[in-house]
Amino acid sequence: MNNTLKRDNCDVAIIGAGPAGLAAATALKKAGIESVVVLEREAEAGGIPRHCAHPPYGIREFKRILSGPSYAKKLVDEARNSGVFIALRSTVTKLEQGGHLTISSPEGMKELTAKRVIIATGIRETPRSARLVSGDRAMGICNTGTLQSMFYLKEMIPFRRPAIIGTEIVSFSALSTCKKAGIQPVAMIEEAQQPTIRWPIYHAARLFGVPLFVNTRVAKILGKDRVSAIQVADTNQTIREIPCDGVLFTGQFTPESTLARMSHLELDFRTGSPVVDSFGRCSDPTYFAAGNVLQSTNKPMHVPFYYKQDNLPQSVDVAGTCWHEGKVTGEWIANDLLSQQPSPPEKDK
Amino acid sequence: MTTQSDKTVNKEDAKQLLASTDIAVIGGGVVGCAVARRMALEGASVVLIEKGPDILEGASKGNSAILHTGFDAPQGSLEWECVQKGYQEYLDIHKSFNLPLLKTSALIAAWTEEQEEKFPAIMKKGYDNGVTDLSLLSRTEVLKSEPNLGPDLRAAIRVPREYVIDPWSTPLAYLQQAIENGGQALFNAEVTGGAFDGNTWVLNTKRGQVKASYVVNCAGLYGDILDNSALGHSEFTIKPRKGQFVIFDMAASRLLKTIILPVPTERTKGIVLFPTIFGNITVGPTAEDQDGRDDASVDEDNLKALHTQAIEKIPALANIPITATYAGIRPATEKKEYQIVEDSDRNWITLGGIRSTGLTSALGLARHVHDLLQQQGAQFKALKSPSIPMLPNLAEHLPRDYETPGYGEIVCHCEMVTKREIDAVMEGPIPAGSLGGLKRRTRVTMGRCQGFYCSARLAEITQGKLSEPLGVEDE
Ligand SMILES: Cc1cc2nc3c(=O)[nH]c(=O)nc-3n(C[C@H](O)[C@H](O)[C@H](O)COP(=O)(O)OP(=O)(O)OC[C@H]3O[C@@H](n4cnc5c(N)ncnc54)[C@H](O)[C@@H]3O)c2cc1C
Ligand SMILES: Cc1cc2nc3c(=O)[nH]c(=O)nc-3n(C[C@H](O)[C@H](O)[C@H](O)COP(=O)(O)OP(=O)(O)OC[C@H]3O[C@@H](n4cnc5c(N)ncnc54)[C@H](O)[C@@H]3O)c2cc1C
Repeated sequence: MNNTLKRDNCDVAIIGAGPAGLAAATALKKAGIESVVVLEREAEAGGIPRHCAHPPYGIREFKRILSGPSYAKKLVDEARNSGVFIALRSTVTKLEQGGHLTISSPEGMKELTAKRVIIATGIRETPRSARLVSGDRAMGICNTGTLQSMFYLKEMIPFRRPAIIGTEIVSFSALSTCKKAGIQPVAMIEEAQQPTIRWPIYHAARLFGVPLFVNTRVAKILGKDRVSAIQVADTNQTIREIPCDGVLFTGQFTPESTLARMSHLELDFRTGSPVVDSFGRCSDPTYFAAGNVLQSTNKPMHVPFYYKQDNLPQSVDVAGTCWHEGKVTGEWIANDLLSQQPSPPEKDK
Repeated sequence: MTTQSDKTVNKEDAKQLLASTDIAVIGGGVVGCAVARRMALEGASVVLIEKGPDILEGASKGNSAILHTGFDAPQGSLEWECVQKGYQEYLDIHKSFNLPLLKTSALIAAWTEEQEEKFPAIMKKGYDNGVTDLSLLSRTEVLKSEPNLGPDLRAAIRVPREYVIDPWSTPLAYLQQAIENGGQALFNAEVTGGAFDGNTWVLNTKRGQVKASYVVNCAGLYGDILDNSALGHSEFTIKPRKGQFVIFDMAASRLLKTIILPVPTERTKGIVLFPTIFGNITVGPTAEDQDGRDDASVDEDNLKALHTQAIEKIPALANIPITATYAGIRPATEKKEYQIVEDSDRNWITLGGIRSTGLTSALGLARHVHDLLQQQGAQFKALKSPSIPMLPNLAEHLPRDYETPGYGEIVCHCEMVTKREIDAVMEGPIPAGSLGGLKRRTRVTMGRCQGFYCSARLAEITQGKLSEPLGVEDE
């Protein structure tokens, strides 16, 4: 299959081939938009679900329960079958006024100008460093996304007996990935009084035999080359040491919005997402954003400590919601483009 | 030639002769790498012996990467002299190695009246130190070039020739040149002691023995311990002094172009805000005395304090996420000066206590070592046309590999590191021995996601090649 971008203009360019980007692209094609290009930096399209090898995905989109990878594949097939062109190994490095994109690809640097651009670059977890956690910087410290992609895509594991930090939904996925991979977590640590997601965490922690510590925070990570233990502190500041060979920081989602941050687009500094209107349109109306890269303040998420906005609930949209948002945004843009005076057709190069 | 990453050392190998050379340099920090280079260029046969799996695993791992002019160095000191010489030689050679130079200049900023009162003394010291191009800027003048500095700023002294360099490619280039010109490097080879028979040293390492006519102790944070074990005494005691840093996301690079130095105190250069060669803005270092020579841990309270100070100086940093944190350890001693100790009866030179200017002064120190050896009677014939290695560019302001076709794939998306760059490093003359070494040679996983997206692929690519692997063995 041809995945190499050969053109320098298109109607709509979509950055990111996750559920949101693929849904938008498919919707645009179905609505009759001529040239729709998805730019994806990975060697494979599909986004985060590629390495979430657990159900339930696809209920909203396909009325079926699928695992992440088969869900991703279905979205990709649907987009391609509708005539969407997915350019792989195509990293967008710069956004400029007028829908002008710079792209790095193994064939060289490219430029692409689109009438509309959708930013659908997704979300990731906050790493240890940005949480300012004390201690050594040893091997074996990572996020759930790393654990999942290592195990499901490469059949490797980053540790055998990690401590899991956080009790969000994704922490639950982390537990189940550990279980599948034969990893035995030694503890689950939650700073709040209660797990963020109560039922499944209590249930899963018990089911997997993982002790759950609430009202507890990571005070220090120990280890010279590899993690050897963590020190945790309870509300009385009593320190307890838990031997482990890794630390899995789960959740505290933050948008992968660097492109927007480095561009002319206005950013909501509290969430880290581009500022959009009710149609998902950015401060430069050529640009839109959809999916989990978009965290509006009424869809609150992890807010870094330095904003001093404590106690905001953390949330991340599931794939189905991102897919829906992408679809709606795609349809809206199609409508908008088609209702305008048709511009003279531009020849492909 | 390098030998590397033998994790299990056979007991019987301990007596094996690994090298027999004119010069043994102990320690693969920036100082050791520079000495190895200088002596190889002077025509000596050289071996660099490092206890870690890679170079730069000690003090040289984490510094501010500023090429200092020496405007505030102790007057008339050897440190001042080596900083001057090292600075000049770096400017002379960096282009031929493809090593970057970010011409930032520096501003010594006064935020209080008290600090401003120290300006005349700083200016005078600079002049006395031969840094005669310092100039005084008013608040308005400063804000013209750095409009994002905070409201408390009063005035500044401009130091036009303070620059930023690549702290890791630089020493790597030095050692690589030593190796290309006949030198040798041994890793995982901690020197545990040795004996001098009046002519030759026999050094015992964890991997075997090394014979050398002269020994240069560049063991940094372990300089005193090595002197004790090989010579029986040490003229100084290392007092490790940690410096922590907080690195802001690349988006911060719009907010600052210049190094912002504080008015220095007796003890340290103080907290600096500086652009890095990799396109970030960094704040640090702290100055914390501690016992641990290897304890480069970070702590939340100090990191938060640094973060707060950075925002006081550049308020807009409040909107920029934190990318990374790290710490370096200065090999300070009970004295302020460098501890250059010669035991000329035993052909031994110690370069100890190279505290906070070693990245700049290393080339100068290396020349000083050559002078001392000549005085001791050592004679070598300098190479006529030594070969010069070209280092891959990691600097953000210069063209990067991802902009050139044929790179295969981008592995690290935050720092835009290609598969071609990683392959070149793993197959290069001094292959990375640890993940840290690979980071320092390529920037891989150093960015905002800290490996979230690329660790899986990286684990696959580096399988079986790093001292401490990304993926652990299944049980
Ligand atoms: C670790 C983790 C586990 C999760 N588990 C679940 C789960 O079990 N169930 C669930 O419903 N949701 C889960 N989620 C939420 C997930 O964000 C959504 O399911 C969904 O993937 C979001 O879709 P998206 O299209 O917004 O972004 P993504 O799926 O993240 O896709 C974004 C795409 O953009 C690409 N991209 C980014 N920057 C660029 C660039 N500069 N140039 C080109 N391409 C770029 C990326 O490579 C990626 O393919 C999880 C999220 C994480 C981080
Ligand atoms: C926070 C901080 C900021 C700084 N900022 C700057 C700056 O901006 N500009 C500047 O010019 N300088 C700066 N410096 C100073 C500079 O980093 C140091 O002066 C320099 O790194 C010292 O290098 P070294 O080679 O002497 O020691 P090291 O880097 O510690 O090297 C010694 C090496 O010897 C090895 N070793 C030890 N014992 C043995 C043994 N027995 N056998 C074999 N190998 C052994 C160690 O593993 C190590 O690799 C800074 C330093 C710090 C800590």
